[in-house]
Amino acid sequence: MSKPLIDAITDMREEDAVQLAQELLDQGTAPLDILEQCREAMAVVGQRFEAGDCFVPELILAGEILRQVSDIVKPKLTATATGKKVGRVVIGTVEGDIHDIGKDIVTFMLDVNGFEVRDLGVDVPASKFVEAVKQFQPQVVGLSGFLTLAYDPMKNTVQALKDAGLRGKVKIMIGGGQMDDQIRQYTGADAYGKDAMAAVALAKSWVK
Amino acid sequence: MTTDNWQKLTPSEKFEAHFKELISPQGVQFARPEVERAYQERVRMIKDVVQVKKPSRVPVCPTIGFYPFAYAGVTAQEAMYDTDKLGMALKKFHADFLPDSLSSAPIYGSGQIFEILDYKLYRWPGHGVPPTTPYQCVEAEYMHADEYDLFINDPSGYFARFYLPRVFGALGAWQMTAPLTDILELPFFGPYIVPIGIPPVQQAYQKLLEAGRAAMEWIQAAGAIDGWSLTTLGLPVLLGGFTKAPFDTLGDTLRGTRAIMLDKFRQPKKLLAAMDKLVPLAIDMGVRTAGLGHHPIVFIPLHKGADGFMSNEDFKTFYWPTLKAVVLGLINEGLVPYLFVEGGYNQRLDIITDPDIPTGTTIWIFDQTDMKEVKKRFAGWSCFGGNVPVSTLKAGTPEDVKTYVKRLIDDVAQDGGFILSTGAVLDDAQPENLHALIDFGKEYGVYR
Repeated sequence: MSKPLIDAITDMREEDAVQLAQELLDQGTAPLDILEQCREAMAVVGQRFEAGDCFVPELILAGEILRQVSDIVKPKLTATATGKKVGRVVIGTVEGDIHDIGKDIVTFMLDVNGFEVRDLGVDVPASKFVEAVKQFQPQVVGLSGFLTLAYDPMKNTVQALKDAGLRGKVKIMIGGGQMDDQIRQYTGADAYGKDAMAAVALAKSWVK
Repeated sequence: MTTDNWQKLTPSEKFEAHFKELISPQGVQFARPEVERAYQERVRMIKDVVQVKKPSRVPVCPTIGFYPFAYAGVTAQEAMYDTDKLGMALKKFHADFLPDSLSSAPIYGSGQIFEILDYKLYRWPGHGVPPTTPYQCVEAEYMHADEYDLFINDPSGYFARFYLPRVFGALGAWQMTAPLTDILELPFFGPYIVPIGIPPVQQAYQKLLEAGRAAMEWIQAAGAIDGWSLTTLGLPVLLGGFTKAPFDTLGDTLRGTRAIMLDKFRQPKKLLAAMDKLVPLAIDMGVRTAGLGHHPIVFIPLHKGADGFMSNEDFKTFYWPTLKAVVLGLINEGLVPYLFVEGGYNQRLDIITDPDIPTGTTIWIFDQTDMKEVKKRFAGWSCFGGNVPVSTLKAGTPEDVKTYVKRLIDDVAQDGGFILSTGAVLDDAQPENLHALIDFGKEYGVYR
């Protein structure tokens, strides 16, 4: 069965995709089916990204298309079910660091892959991570940071979770421009991911 | 820097003239003859590697950010507000570590000046980020999606009336002013000059004058700090001028990362036209800033063209042509583009090793790019370096650093044309690790 909406999204035809979604809705297609097609398209885009066949601009445009389709479809949603979530993630850029692009892409990819994500924003103090882990009870915590200035705040955040007795309850992943396995070790996190798809793979492996 | 017959010189004659001036800087009194010799030796090493020759040894020029302040017990905030502390820290850092080039005091900026102008594009230590944290850019769409034509028609006018009023709170009233190109004839002067009298516009100019006065004090102090490292330690400045790749000018501080990535799909022709408009401006900026310091190396940080940020096809369409034009424009003036390649460039190496770029005219400093692959393509063509991970300098041991440096030099530095440097800007490190990089690099990097 051909799925023109899926093709339009994976071909990065923004206007076509939004128009097709509107047409499907007008023709009586269930809103949830339209969102499911979007999810399928995003899975294809994610695979292409992982394979090196598409890049950050395509992820961002696909996200932008998804947002527009959701805006059209969501008012018509009667069922509240939005698919069962595969796991919970708390994410944020660590204290003193205000970079958000990488974190936002990871948040978006986790979201389209079925995770319930609580994004704490940028310049997030360790205490705020601790508070969010207590309340939200995620399986995974994602720490983002751009340059060397994020190394110590990441380490401090992991330590704060340990001090609060929460370290055993969560897996912690780090990511950002100057992160690598040496810094993973330094901070006491469980894993380092080099990009958004790596973050999704890590999170999935931890909620199995 | 220029002579009477400057325009008649070939690019390589201009290059030689620039380096002749750099190696014997006018009006500089070195503390001792051996300091002058050490300075000249360092400049000679740099010139040799640019020309893809073997220098006496590998020059060791790590890219230093705010590290000297943590090292000297000064906060980042103090460094940006107190030139005495800035100077103390930089002098101590340079004297204790003795790299082959100095970290220039003016790049840290003056917190007072940014406060006077209410600079919104950045947060700096004590002003939006913690006192110990370096300044960071606040990305936003300061140039709106529908403003490309305004920009393309008149970039300076666009900056004056749209962009600068948005990024400087104190210059907000400039949006009420008229373009300078309106000033044509006596009877039509009113529409330009009357807005200048409006109280908020008057206040904006007052603030700018105030910032200019503060800048005079600051640059005298900052210049003296670099002067001390030059005359007392024999350390040359590595980077004389600066400019940017047109795609990054738009993608970093005008449109922002997200927006420029969407523009690539939604309005590619306007994006390309805006970048074409930026090429001569970027060349002119590089030439002028290099001229101010009488120093031919022009820093060009590369941001939004890295692996993952776009496909190779898009790189060839959107990123490389205008960057290449800027690089060639600088080379034509005898200058040396210093391309600071952030992130990875593993997918781009065959594109950037462009046969139109003459041998021995550029410097490329890489971070997370496979240096053996770089060497394969760059050998005999261009100087390169970088790649020592800042993560190892922070979280490794001196032995880790030495092992990395040894392998790097063994792998890619044997034929010269190589600068030992960090992959990224260093804000945080263990001092013993940085000593290992510099001391071991100097010792192991001797060409025999």
